[in-house]
Amino acid sequence: MKLVTAVIKPFMLGDVKEALESLGVSGMTISEVSGYGRQKGHTEIYRGSEYEVDLVPKIKIEVLADERSASEIVDEIVRAAGTGKIGDGKVWVSSLDTVVRVRTGERGADAL
Amino acid sequence: MLTSVLAAPAEEAGFDTGSIAWVLISAALVFLMTPALAFFYGGMVRAKHVLAMLMQNFAAIMIGAVVWVVIGFSLAFGDGNAFIGNLDFFGMTDPSQAIPGLEDLAVPPLVFAAFQMTFAIITLALVTGATADRWRFGAFVLFGVLWLTVIYAPLAHWVWSPSGWIAELGALDFAGGTVVHINAGVAGLAMAIVLGRRRGYGKDAMRGHSMPLVLLGAGLLWFGWFGFNAGSALGVNDGNTQLAAIAFINTAVAPAAAMAGWLGYEKLRHGSSTTLGAASGAVAGLVAITPCAGFVSPLAAIAIGLIAGVLCAASLGLKEKVKVDDALDVVAVHLIGGLWGSLAVGLFATSSINSVVTDDGLLVGGGAVLLGKQLLAVVAAMAFSFIGTFILGKLIGFLLPHRVDTETEITGLDQAMHSETAYEFGDSSRGASGRDLLPSAPSEKE
Repeated sequence: MKLVTAVIKPFMLGDVKEALESLGVSGMTISEVSGYGRQKGHTEIYRGSEYEVDLVPKIKIEVLADERSASEIVDEIVRAAGTGKIGDGKVWVSSLDTVVRVRTGERGADAL
Repeated sequence: MLTSVLAAPAEEAGFDTGSIAWVLISAALVFLMTPALAFFYGGMVRAKHVLAMLMQNFAAIMIGAVVWVVIGFSLAFGDGNAFIGNLDFFGMTDPSQAIPGLEDLAVPPLVFAAFQMTFAIITLALVTGATADRWRFGAFVLFGVLWLTVIYAPLAHWVWSPSGWIAELGALDFAGGTVVHINAGVAGLAMAIVLGRRRGYGKDAMRGHSMPLVLLGAGLLWFGWFGFNAGSALGVNDGNTQLAAIAFINTAVAPAAAMAGWLGYEKLRHGSSTTLGAASGAVAGLVAITPCAGFVSPLAAIAIGLIAGVLCAASLGLKEKVKVDDALDVVAVHLIGGLWGSLAVGLFATSSINSVVTDDGLLVGGGAVLLGKQLLAVVAAMAFSFIGTFILGKLIGFLLPHRVDTETEITGLDQAMHSETAYEFGDSSRGASGRDLLPSAPSEKE
């Protein structure tokens, strides 16, 4: 069992969702987050004073997957979320011990 | 003349109905400037302090209207001496009582008094930009009552009462460059010094929380300013028709040029033309044209505005140099803009626009006489307003604290002082329990 987590630019969410749906992914969790990577946010100007806004808004997508489809999902997110510009985000995969469907109590791959 | 036939009842008393209507509407327009200023300033403070900012400006109406009717108008326009009026108009009890030196106005005395009241209100409100985010409400209210009485009213007397010494000197202020803008700018500076810097000043980002509010406020200020300036023609009969129109056009064109100046400066200096820059530029132009509006040609107004925009934008950095926390740049916009406008009268005023001008300005074929008078007037006004306000601020400080406590300043003045907050933000922590997402019923005190 794998957890694929992606942090992407907010306006790319539609494309990523579409791409994952066409891959057959049946569910995902989306949250609005903020953070920064190498690009370190942006500068805003108010009455001549420059403010560094280092935390920029991002979207976090979490998808549960089995071992085989996880790398496919990663590839698809990287393809769909990429603009080629700085700040496109990151995707990472982590291992999970258990997944349980609350409604039925199913465990493991059956619960996906 | 035709107007005298149509306006028979008013004419019997020597007044002109068209003028009465125009000046009363102008008073209402200027009145709108104070709530407009509240939003102009309110958008520039952080979300946690916005209601306190709006409240001080609305309180300026509360204080100004009452003080003006009871004593302010009398001290400003009563006969008195060269420095202060008297108590002849105390409480405005006699509507027919003529204003000394202004007997030939086209409007009744109380119409003039009502118009002037709105000027007093907004001048007090303007001061609060310099002191944003740290002044206790009670101390501000006491300050407002005393400041309008001992600083604003005497200065208005100096400049606008025919018996005032600056008026007798021959220095000109069409709609309030000296009395309103220089006065408010200097008083704001003095109170910013008395109060001290905001906590975190220079370290924390203190950018405004709502640029849309700032632009809404600036737009409404501009709208009201037509009453401020064109209303200061004090009538629409005879030659004043043209005077009101000139002031009106100048009030449109000078801020437009100033906006261009400010935005151009910003683009060159910082790489972006910002919406706050557009709003600030317009206000700077409005400030600068205020003393000139009825004395200069529209082309001169464009020059005055353009220079005001660049000058005010360039003077934003002054406060960092002198280490005074003038929170919303009242000095850069109102003091510098007002100074430039008042001196511009000495450069551009011409008797071909207004017969009140006896010495033409330096750049329109006159000499330096008027410029010298303007300079003397602004220096005197600055000295009086700064020293007077500083002493008044210190004296009030002995009676009750000016500053909010540290916790209030950090958590927000709105909650601590007015038991309200401006906005209900989505708060992710409330999702921990579904019930928290439901609105809670208001509790009643038992």
